[in-house]
Amino acid sequence: MAPSYENLPIDDEEFDESQIDFTDLEEQYQVRLDEGLDAFVVVDGLPKVPEDNKAKLVKFILRKLNSVGKVKEDGVYMPLNEETGQTEGFAFVEYSAPSEAVAAVKQLHGTPLDKKHTMAVNKLTDIDRYGREGRIDEEYHPPEIEPFQQKEHLRSWLGDPDARDQMVMFRGDKVGVFWNEKEDAPEQVVDRENWTESFVQWSPLGTYLTSIHAQGVQLWGGKAWSRQKRFAHPGVNLVDFSPNEKYVTTWSHRPLQVDENHPVPSLSLEEDGKNYIIWDIATGKPLRSFATLEVPTSTDAEGNPVKKKMQWPTFKWSADDKYVARMTQGQSISIYELPRMNLLDKASVKIEGVMDFEWAPATPKRDGVRTYEQLFCYWTPELGSNPAKVGLMSIPSKEVVRTRNLFNVSDAKLHWQSEAAYVCVKVDRHSKSKKSMATNLEIFRVREKGVPVEVVDSIKDTVINFAWEPKGSRFVLITTAEPLAQTAVPPKTAVSFFAPEKVKGGGVGNFRHIRTIDKKNSNAIYWSPKGRFVVVATLQSQQSCDLDFWDLSFEKPKDDKDDKEKELNANLQLMATAEHYGVTDIEWDPTGRYVATVASAFRHQMENGYHLYDFKGTLLREEHIDRFKQLIWRPRPATLLSKEEQAEIRKNLRNYSKIFDEQDLAKKNTANRQVVEARRRLLQEWLAWRESMIQMLKEEGAEIELNNGKVRTDHDGEVEEIEEIVEEIIEETEEVIG
Amino acid sequence: MRPILLSGHERALTQVKYSPDGDIIFSVSKDHVVCAWFSHNGERLGTYHGHQGALWTVDVDPTSTLLATGGADNTMRLWKVETGELLMTWDFPTAVKRVEFSPDGRQLLGVTEKRSGHLGTIVVFDINPDPAAKQSKEHSLRIVCEDSKATVAGFSYLARYIIAGHEDGSVSQFDAKTGELLFNTQAHEEDMQVTDLQWSQDRTYFITASKDKTAKILAADSLEVLKTYTADTPLNSAAITPVKDYVILGGGQAAMDVTTTSARQGKFEARFYHKIFQEEIGRVRGHFGPLNYVAVHPAGTGYCSGGEDGYVRVHHFDKPYFDFMYEVEREYAQAQAQANL
Repeated sequence: MAPSYENLPIDDEEFDESQIDFTDLEEQYQVRLDEGLDAFVVVDGLPKVPEDNKAKLVKFILRKLNSVGKVKEDGVYMPLNEETGQTEGFAFVEYSAPSEAVAAVKQLHGTPLDKKHTMAVNKLTDIDRYGREGRIDEEYHPPEIEPFQQKEHLRSWLGDPDARDQMVMFRGDKVGVFWNEKEDAPEQVVDRENWTESFVQWSPLGTYLTSIHAQGVQLWGGKAWSRQKRFAHPGVNLVDFSPNEKYVTTWSHRPLQVDENHPVPSLSLEEDGKNYIIWDIATGKPLRSFATLEVPTSTDAEGNPVKKKMQWPTFKWSADDKYVARMTQGQSISIYELPRMNLLDKASVKIEGVMDFEWAPATPKRDGVRTYEQLFCYWTPELGSNPAKVGLMSIPSKEVVRTRNLFNVSDAKLHWQSEAAYVCVKVDRHSKSKKSMATNLEIFRVREKGVPVEVVDSIKDTVINFAWEPKGSRFVLITTAEPLAQTAVPPKTAVSFFAPEKVKGGGVGNFRHIRTIDKKNSNAIYWSPKGRFVVVATLQSQQSCDLDFWDLSFEKPKDDKDDKEKELNANLQLMATAEHYGVTDIEWDPTGRYVATVASAFRHQMENGYHLYDFKGTLLREEHIDRFKQLIWRPRPATLLSKEEQAEIRKNLRNYSKIFDEQDLAKKNTANRQVVEARRRLLQEWLAWRESMIQMLKEEGAEIELNNGKVRTDHDGEVEEIEEIVEEIIEETEEVIG
Repeated sequence: MRPILLSGHERALTQVKYSPDGDIIFSVSKDHVVCAWFSHNGERLGTYHGHQGALWTVDVDPTSTLLATGGADNTMRLWKVETGELLMTWDFPTAVKRVEFSPDGRQLLGVTEKRSGHLGTIVVFDINPDPAAKQSKEHSLRIVCEDSKATVAGFSYLARYIIAGHEDGSVSQFDAKTGELLFNTQAHEEDMQVTDLQWSQDRTYFITASKDKTAKILAADSLEVLKTYTADTPLNSAAITPVKDYVILGGGQAAMDVTTTSARQGKFEARFYHKIFQEEIGRVRGHFGPLNYVAVHPAGTGYCSGGEDGYVRVHHFDKPYFDFMYEVEREYAQAQAQANL
């Protein structure tokens, strides 16, 4: 029967629309209509004056009110209290446009009028909305203190009995955290689909895993990988943590849009139009927000504007999270004090021409300086007849503790050593004709009295990369004869190693060149986080992909010592060379035991995946994974062991390593046993299945199949035998008999 | 042993086959010519001329008397192996992508291409094994693939089933008598073409290769996936080796992408996996284009591969190939030897 509409109930009597309570939905989806009162603001907190002074007061506040917009003629209504004959201390103000009212709220709210009075400016609609009768409870209720909830231990991963390290891998749309298992497949801790939208990042001490979303940033951690914090910042692009994980900066290239119609959780109107937000991680609240500064656009030789790369991080943190600073290029450095985020001494530090600055990565220990200080290093280019300058400034005193004048400078880069013992200023210098380039290294010995500067000017070429040994006093640099141009074939490079001379008394002598390796393609230097070992690599090159593993303290047999190297605190040895096609990133694990090299799909689509090496350069594992994007080791916080305890461990290393070797062996044996078991099972299953198949074929009488597919023909019986006689003459001798 | 390079073709190879005794290799390529070679030294025995277009497929009957070929000239042809005489030509509306004889050689199937207005089909002809006899012009069975066209097909043991691999990555089982579809399974990833289907010697199981970078062994009667071999490149062919429990996979970057990728990226290698443990045990380099087909000597003593580069490479296995054994296999072999004593 075709469906008919006749027997459909026309009127469902049991259903009455008016019976449904829609109030919850109405409240949730309440549409804010234009009430025609958007141009009104209420100014509160005004002094109460008698009628005679009213006009004067109106005039006074009008001056302020008109600074953000135009108040309509007779737009100020200040009611009088009939009983006292005085004004009520508030006024209604009508602007000529709603946008001006918004601006007034934003800029004038909280403006002090005199010592006693502070102006409170609110939109009339807001007062109506939030202050209407019933919306505000007349009685005071003390805020409820939520019962304490035990949180997960955020550092539980450090308690791994085998002291393995964790790493995060981002491949395809999946993000997973794994234990490093050396040769074996990494053991999965957690793996989630679409955990992040653009990339992942660890916080500097490894406590949190950061995921980036269109709405903002989330921090994850603990054993269950639950969400620890979220920071709403729509359109966020980049994230930067303070070194001790107290604060985090988020940045978006798009200015934030926060207003009544686009509310963002935990952000206020204050953040509207800003690009940077600095957050307190513990509370999850924004501390202060900033807009991007316009970088002065320079022009190149032909007058075309040069596209400036944005410096990241823009807000640089001092080593102890106490200060954060931003440079206004060419003018000043603004230093803010945490946690209030107020400008230090209420003024930026004016440094004319400043090009770059870098905080000391550790709290410096200068000779003879007992008071607390943080240092940063900056440089300014040549300005008119003034030479270029490199300076060290001490904070909070803002005292310049050392400067140095330089000439013919085209560029400078600042490299701090990890313990802030040295800062090396790599100065690219041009000749008078500006044709050829050379590099000088100006090394400030921060810890020594008066901060002496040592100059390494033996380098004839341009230095394209430089790296200090972490916690050490040696460094590696890469030079090239030609400037780096965007040519198809990058020019050959040379890798040079430097170390300080040995001096009596155990001090650090002058820096001396150890060795240079020519005709390389290398362009990247990766020191082990514990020093001594360094990987010199060629990244993002079409032609080569070498990884050289160097040891700077190689222990040679005693008699085989180079005289030259004897005087130096180094003994250079190339341990291994490896190749990883298409390598884009290199990551040392935080203990300096393993190196992961990554071919990331962020850069190219060829052979994405990772290789895992030990510090000696032995390949442990390689894995190709489609759309492999990131592998990052989980950082570890600083050790809690004292110097003595560490020395004790080092002394007994032999005993420990014996135990570890045994453990490794045991583990390998069990693993092998499992593999063998699995294989045995597979073999048995297969043989059993084959047996059943052969049985089946026999029952079916499948002769051809049982004979491996050969069809018996009549000829098969009559085998033709062909006898082949091969004679091989081994030796031929002729003898004359007789 | 050094491989023998057969360089008689002018264009990309499409299929290579050993004769049942393994003494002769038949190769077809896009250059319209069928070649026969001695497998032990690579000497060319002869050619079969007649096709008017690229050749896609070749098969030889179990007695090495009849040779079947199919190609882009929309014909399937039957030749006398010994003389090169053309015995029979069947015409179709579209190209013939695959031919295969039944285990007893009395049936021949052909897979035809799907093209404008014509669905892909699998056709079966009854064959008289006598080269002098007249062959039937009419097919004995015709299966029309309405969902996804068949790309490869073959007869199971006793010619009971016809197993076909499809363009959408599925494998189906037909009753070889009635043509009824018995079963269809999505063995490979969806819309990843099944590129090859080769049989074990007793035809109770077979291996499929696919563009989804895997090869799988399936049971002929249940279509259950028994083994999976994962490679890092799209696969064109897979073969099961007799004697030793290995499989050989061949493939590489698709021909059209080769010019945009470097040779090291092409992955033009034959890969050996252990059939039972599914682990890769070795690779053989040599081709400079993708491998279009790998075939194994029926006695398990060698294999040959036909490449997009126009060469056939014939390899004879060395002693280490036969000696290689996993620990558990050795245990088992020793137990067998003990039991036989």
